[in-house]
Amino acid sequence: MMLALSSQLNTYLLIGAFLFAAGFYGLVQRRSLIGMLIAGELVLSGASVNLMAFNHFLAPDPTVGQIFTLFIMGIAAAEAAIALSIIIAVYRNYKSIDAPDLHDLQG
Amino acid sequence: MNHTLLSAEGLSGLVFLSMIAATVVGALIAIHSKRLVRAVAGLSLCFTGVAGLYYFLNSPFVALMEMLIYVGAVCVTIIFAVMLAEPRAENKPGKGSGMGALFGTIVAGLVFFGVAAVSTTTNWKAAPAKINDGSVTEVGLSLLTSYSMVFELISVVLLVAIIGALVLAHSGREKV
Repeated sequence: MMLALSSQLNTYLLIGAFLFAAGFYGLVQRRSLIGMLIAGELVLSGASVNLMAFNHFLAPDPTVGQIFTLFIMGIAAAEAAIALSIIIAVYRNYKSIDAPDLHDLQG
Repeated sequence: MNHTLLSAEGLSGLVFLSMIAATVVGALIAIHSKRLVRAVAGLSLCFTGVAGLYYFLNSPFVALMEMLIYVGAVCVTIIFAVMLAEPRAENKPGKGSGMGALFGTIVAGLVFFGVAAVSTTTNWKAAPAKINDGSVTEVGLSLLTSYSMVFELISVVLLVAIIGALVLAHSGREKV
């Protein structure tokens, strides 16, 4: 039974859906910008798990999903670098990284 | 099909279950802990579990890259930012955070059950034949033939991102 679990598409799709929903919850819930960045990484990795599952079970060319996942990793690394330097810059100006404290554009 | 727990298949199933547990528990820690350092630790646990899942999906190269890039680079960078920006623990209740938590839970639950229902009820059709075995050799060949343009572009994107991050972090340094 446990062996069948790792050879079923649905297992991976459910984990991907869980990661996506957890990341979504974190994006809504978190007050600090770094917490939102962490939740965004969870969303990206949910998408990656889905791509890898479809790649392994359904795709005619099993390299495509792996290459897509590698590209997602590259994009996520670039995104993390940019987002963290923006967070550092925001912290210098506001002395806080909580999203509700950054209210200069509230009008 | 009655594998005992100590046979190779049973142990592999146990490892798979522990990878799922690491992924789920890590994600829950990452979104629920008040202190950001613990959230990053949960995130790295979650990514370790995801790397294990990739290994079970016959992609050891992607699993290794997941460990290198996410656990080794992204999580460490986030920890650097946490140490530089000194965030407070998120213990101030804030206006209407109870309502916000309820709303977030409901919407995230709806998203999860919606995606799960779609993915479990759809009749996915496998491709009639695989044109290669998806090994590291094939991945490298595809990267240098079909996807060479994207491969070059992503290196440019990474270069621009790193330079942009340096510029952003450098400007306004004297304000501190």
